[in-house]
Amino acid sequence: MNWESWSDFWAMGGDGLYVWSAYLISIVLIGLEVGVLILTRLTIHEHLGRFSRIVGSASETRSRS
Amino acid sequence: MPALSRPLSSCDPPHHHRGWQLTSESVYLLSGRLAPWFAGSAAVLCAIGLFLGFLVAPSDPHQGEHFRIAFLHQPSMWISVLIYILMAAASAYGLLRKQRVAAMLASSLAPTGALFAFLALWTGSLWGKPIWGTWWVWEARLATEMLVLFLFLGFIALHETIDDYRRADRACGLLALVGLVGLPLLYFSVYRWSLYYGTSNRSLSAPTDETSIIASGLFVMTSGLFAYTAAATLTRLRNEILKRERSSDWVLAHFRGQR
Repeated sequence: MNWESWSDFWAMGGDGLYVWSAYLISIVLIGLEVGVLILTRLTIHEHLGRFSRIVGSASETRSRS
Repeated sequence: MPALSRPLSSCDPPHHHRGWQLTSESVYLLSGRLAPWFAGSAAVLCAIGLFLGFLVAPSDPHQGEHFRIAFLHQPSMWISVLIYILMAAASAYGLLRKQRVAAMLASSLAPTGALFAFLALWTGSLWGKPIWGTWWVWEARLATEMLVLFLFLGFIALHETIDDYRRADRACGLLALVGLVGLPLLYFSVYRWSLYYGTSNRSLSAPTDETSIIASGLFVMTSGLFAYTAAATLTRLRNEILKRERSSDWVLAHFRGQR
């Protein structure tokens, strides 16, 4: 094992600021991308669900008449 | 059932009847099947890679703990270049065969490629600062990575500015192919230039020759980021297909069947 304690791990031999800011910015940006993808998907699904319901009910009434 | 769908298809634009919507529907369904597996293996592989990088790999006598940024920097750089090559290949296929799904794949790859190109530059700066004493050095790898980032951003911006999807796909495909020619040119010219000015020995490298643990950590992280790229790209491709095909029969049938 490389590290004596948690504080030793976070210090990274004095380079903690460089190492952890590199990892932090990556986690934040990847998390942002995942969030945007899920949000876009939910929005599209909501719109298409509503649209297909309108179109579906319209064609049903047309076929009934 | 055909009686129900007939009045709807008569409202569709004519290009939906060329038979290609079968492809986009099957690509939509297949990528929906694959994406969760890629996402799961991305999580597992990145966890193993970080475990190797932080807990198993010993500290380096020259760089100390600082080289552990490499487990992020080098995979990001390799993946961003790989994404660029895939994007150019999909663009070329889309241009030559007039396959819209290939063009959609190319434009779904671009944002994740820009993300990793940016991360490669950012982490390269953080890695290089204590070694070089400055945040930026003109060496061939980083300069080429910067062009890769600009090409991804240019691709996205160009696609956003052109309203017609077909013209946007064609213009962006050409941009991607021109960039593919430009990248090695830039790499070798900056390499020659840095030999002339004596900065060629300043490129960043992880101490891989001393132990194979570091090499295997880099490999596992690269495969993890690749699996992430596949999951994110396929999800974006599905969104893109739904956005462009929103008025076609199969999308509406798909969503009506879901209720």
